[in-house]
Amino acid sequence: MWHRIRALVIKEFLAVLRDKRSRLVLVGPPLFQLLIFALAATLDVKNVAIAILDKDGGPAAIELALRVAGAPAFSHIEMVHSEAELGEAIDRQDAIAAIHIDRQFSRDVLAGRPATVQVILDGRRSNAAQIVLGYIQTILSDYSDDLAARRGIPRPAVTIARNWFNPNLIYSWFTVPGLVAILTMLIGFMVTALSVARERELGTFDQLLVSPLSPFEILVGKMVPATVIGIAEGSFMLVMAITVFAIPLTGDVLLLYFALFVFVLSVVGLGLFVSSLAMTQQQAILGGFVVLSPAVLLSGFATPVENMPSWLQTLTMANPLRHMIVISRGVFLKDMPFEAMLPSLWPMAVIGAVTLLAAGLLFRARLE
Amino acid sequence: MQPAVLVEDLEKRFPGSAAPALADLAARIPAGRITGLVGPDGAGKTTLMRLIAGLLHPSRGRIRVLGHDTVAEPDAVHALIGYMPQRFGLYEELSVLENLRLYAELRGLARGARKATFERLLAFTGLASFTSRRAGALSGGMKQKLGLACALLETPNVLLLDEPSVGVDPLSRRELWSMVEELRSAGTTILWSTAYLDEAERCDEVLLLNEGRLLFAGPPGALKDMMRGRTIMVRDPRANRRALLRRALEVPGVIDGVVQGRAIRLVLGKGVPPPEPHLLGASAAAEIRPDTPRFEDAFIDRLGGGPGGHSPLAAAMPAITHGSETVVTVEGLTKRFGTFTAADGVSFSIRRGEIFGLLGPNGAGKSTLFRMMCGLLTPTAGRARVAGLDLATAGGRARARIGYMAQKFSLYGSLSVRQNLEFFSGAYNLRGRHRRRTIRAMIDIFHLAPHLDMEAGLLPLGFKQRLALACAVMHQPDVLFLDEPTSGVDPLTRREFWTHINGLVEKGVTVVVTTHFMDEAEYCDRLALIYRGRLIAEGTPDALKLAARSEDRPDPTLEDAFIALIRAEDANGERAVA
Repeated sequence: MWHRIRALVIKEFLAVLRDKRSRLVLVGPPLFQLLIFALAATLDVKNVAIAILDKDGGPAAIELALRVAGAPAFSHIEMVHSEAELGEAIDRQDAIAAIHIDRQFSRDVLAGRPATVQVILDGRRSNAAQIVLGYIQTILSDYSDDLAARRGIPRPAVTIARNWFNPNLIYSWFTVPGLVAILTMLIGFMVTALSVARERELGTFDQLLVSPLSPFEILVGKMVPATVIGIAEGSFMLVMAITVFAIPLTGDVLLLYFALFVFVLSVVGLGLFVSSLAMTQQQAILGGFVVLSPAVLLSGFATPVENMPSWLQTLTMANPLRHMIVISRGVFLKDMPFEAMLPSLWPMAVIGAVTLLAAGLLFRARLE
Repeated sequence: MQPAVLVEDLEKRFPGSAAPALADLAARIPAGRITGLVGPDGAGKTTLMRLIAGLLHPSRGRIRVLGHDTVAEPDAVHALIGYMPQRFGLYEELSVLENLRLYAELRGLARGARKATFERLLAFTGLASFTSRRAGALSGGMKQKLGLACALLETPNVLLLDEPSVGVDPLSRRELWSMVEELRSAGTTILWSTAYLDEAERCDEVLLLNEGRLLFAGPPGALKDMMRGRTIMVRDPRANRRALLRRALEVPGVIDGVVQGRAIRLVLGKGVPPPEPHLLGASAAAEIRPDTPRFEDAFIDRLGGGPGGHSPLAAAMPAITHGSETVVTVEGLTKRFGTFTAADGVSFSIRRGEIFGLLGPNGAGKSTLFRMMCGLLTPTAGRARVAGLDLATAGGRARARIGYMAQKFSLYGSLSVRQNLEFFSGAYNLRGRHRRRTIRAMIDIFHLAPHLDMEAGLLPLGFKQRLALACAVMHQPDVLFLDEPTSGVDPLTRREFWTHINGLVEKGVTVVVTTHFMDEAEYCDRLALIYRGRLIAEGTPDALKLAARSEDRPDPTLEDAFIALIRAEDANGERAVA
């Protein structure tokens, strides 16, 4: 039996690695995607424009405008001169937010009365607008703190924030460990999803089925190379994350590899399952979309799983990517111990076992 | 008279390949005749067709279609020709009528003329009662007829048909021919390309191509006449005909030979007198009589004769003496797909050392039967046993005793020749020294050494064929399943293939084969004719021919027998309905 499996494993490796183009596909696009996504998938707001309507013109208003202009997040300040111009700047998306400084602003500030400014936000870009509001609020409260200090008024209670695990809230620390899992899944899944379907299409699968190879042996023969390739892909991503993106790896690498192994098995199972359902490569690719896009959207990579309706949260339990992202972020940023990993590990093991079993049964069942 | 197509000093090279696809080609295709473009796969037939259609430009020389240069005046050429490529671009999801409408639209056929044109073409192709059927659900023959109808939408002056008869059963093939003959009488020039050499005999003129070069141009009769007196039939009631052929092919002066039912048919070298029976190793009871020459004889002669009769493959195989006399038993084998019955209660049995052929028109159910026998399809009822076991449920040990060679080349095209051999030997439990020795032997037997590191998918067709056979027999199977093993392969490779198969059978290997080639069917000990899922006739090739003998057909060919049996079955069916 092992001789036959060995022959099959060698054949599978050759089928993927012999062709220069497919070797390239395993390295090029994932690397490219890692770089692109890590830079693009960020919620940090940078390079936005702010409009300021200063009806006051007094020293306090000017100081406030200068403080806003000096903030690194805002690349450009557009001074507008009327409500109409302000409205237009928002309408045309020239500015994401506008600060409207009223006539009495400087007078109120000098008199020590509570002074107000109006902030108008572009609700079409709700997420970024929220963050911009936060920046503006910080600027305003810093300004009023400074004003109080100048007058020798003691400051009221002050919040001092300390961000654990990611002290400077660097966004890539959050995204890159997730991307490592996503890209490993992408490659591991596509390599397997196409493999059986391709053989069915070319007629070589019949050739395997009439040979002494049993469905179990075919399953193992398909699993081993895909698992090795998946783990190699994951390792490559890990190295990139640590070297290029300088993400601190605080946890145990061996633990991470153990989890990666279980994850890749579940992905390979999923891929083989889709592949054994498909009769052609085209069907397998479509099946890949059906699985991969929801897997990424429901993984907690971009939006927290906790924000989803509870029935959907239950459904995400069947998504290996969701579990691996938890582990990957955990091991990278907070030295996750094995016990904390377990609740994420066993679902992946179950997914792998069920899909691999189903794929093995389907090899023959698809013959009717 | 001006030729319809004039080819002058033509050469076509494709970047990246050393040998030209076509070289030194000059030909005239006469107007209003059927010209056969004949040659094995890879001879350059499709390239020439595409050059004539103006879809490719020649590397040297030129082609004129009714006086118009294909490079300088492509539009004029397109207006004159109809082209039906090998796999005509039918839209499988669309119905017959929708396909016609689409092509009428693409060709800019005037709306007013459509209805009449469609009616005429549908009547002509016999598709009138299938207009709403999906093209994908048509049989191979009907697809070709629909393709032909689409190519005829504009009544072209020159009609180019690229291998219209591939995958088409003999019955539909005859119908296609009579359609083309009807077109000829309406004045259309037809260029019909084919790898079936017997089709050449039906053409008015023939261009015989091999490896990009023109071997012969002229009426097929002229070529056959050169072979007059050089073909003989040997019938020896006392000798095994396979052994007789093997010995005869080794006799000097015999350049080619095939099994022909109970007899063998030999082609002699130029000026060689018919040999005495004892020289051929036949008994004194052997009867030798002259036979009419065929086009294929001339082709083989031009190429310098066929391969010898000795099979080094068979020599390397041990004789099979174990096991029961009956190797394959099929009992009431039935397969239903929904309401459609693809196989209906088929029973037969096959003895050890027998070649058993499954014949039948496209869609008759022979592939379904074949796949059930191999264990690739689960029967709805009945059972198929190979060496006493059901292959669908039996373990790997049972499957290790069969060999399987599929219709299309189904080895790993992206792996090298050596890697394919290594994989299949491993999958079939060969190991260690035995494995290495077997691979070595296969490389020697099939002359694979110069191609070992080449991707299998890039091999010339003949070598693919050899590699596929090598992979199927490396583990010395008791039973060999062959699904249309030589379709599209040139006659020399086909001869070599059957020499190996004959040799293996003499060693006791049992062979089950499906085929569309009547000359392949002649090699079989017994044939089963499958039609509409049922076994309608079974017997030796000679017995089937005998059953089809009539007053106007005293000596029917196997193809005649095939068609007569199917017509009789149709008549039966109609009577039963009435």
